[in-house]
Amino acid sequence: MKRWLPLVFFFVLAGFFAKGLFLNPREVPSPFIGKTAPVFTLPVVGQAEQTFSTSAMNGKVWLLNVWAPWCVSCKVEHKFLMALAESQTAPPIVGLNWKDKNRDAERLLLQTGNPYVAVPDDLSGRVGIDWGVTGTPETYLIDANGTVQLKHVGPIDIDIWRNKFVPKLKELGA
Amino acid sequence: MMAAFLKPGLLSAVLALWVLGSGAAQASQTASPAQPAAAPVAQPIFADAATEERLRNLSKELRCVVCQNEALSDSPADLADSMRQEIRGLIREGKTDQEVIEFLTARYGDFVLFRPPFKPLTYLLWIGPFVFLAFGAVVWYLALRARRTFRSAPVSGEQIATAARLLEEKT
Repeated sequence: MKRWLPLVFFFVLAGFFAKGLFLNPREVPSPFIGKTAPVFTLPVVGQAEQTFSTSAMNGKVWLLNVWAPWCVSCKVEHKFLMALAESQTAPPIVGLNWKDKNRDAERLLLQTGNPYVAVPDDLSGRVGIDWGVTGTPETYLIDANGTVQLKHVGPIDIDIWRNKFVPKLKELGA
Repeated sequence: MMAAFLKPGLLSAVLALWVLGSGAAQASQTASPAQPAAAPVAQPIFADAATEERLRNLSKELRCVVCQNEALSDSPADLADSMRQEIRGLIREGKTDQEVIEFLTARYGDFVLFRPPFKPLTYLLWIGPFVFLAFGAVVWYLALRARRTFRSAPVSGEQIATAARLLEEKT
């Protein structure tokens, strides 16, 4: 029995390493899950005189999608968000326009379609820092009490939507 | 025997490597402060030398969340720059280093810290190496004791005579 111990030890270690190999290092756990979402008020893209405030979403289950016109994977995600917005069953999506230094967001949304109910303009990126954004795209699911329920780093596709968001939405009864 | 693969010599070699490795890690950590001065991205933009000094010292301990294995002080990433600006602002508001770190961990979690805090989730991380060291010490001790108390089976006079005769024949 004792002679097998090194082999057992090896397989235990190999198991840990194999698991580590398939972890996504970009998937940093958000400290906001289960906590109150940060509030912000920002001007709206294309309507400088208007502002969007998170208080407008109180009582609603909603999605905050952090995106940018310069972000390539956001363009991939955009198609799915369009489909989501058209489905009428998904929660409203707020599109935080993050660090759009070239001011391209308005033109891009006019060209490719706008899946968002509002597009607050975070030019300096400070609101993004408040939310713990590490890059675009990132999507947060916020419940009716203003609590962050879910965070997804990277573009959302149909699989991620079905496996990650839909079960949580069912749980929330939305 | 399990102890067979943990010979004292081998074990001490492993221990020496471990000590050397951690020494090297320390050395590379203390070597990093020299870098930001040379890197164009982290050069002081403001004349406020005291703020910059604190920012440099703080951001050496903080991880750039985009380029994950780089310190905030060394990172040329756009987000790292924004985070440095944010820290500058906090320092000017008169926040202590502790408050700045709390501000960032509230948003990015313990992940932004290069030195994870000592709490139940990280007990294994901090204490683990010492547990392994103690385990190794026990195995080493047992192996040494087993060797010291080793007694071969009794040899009869007849066997010794046979052995002597065989040796004679060989030479």
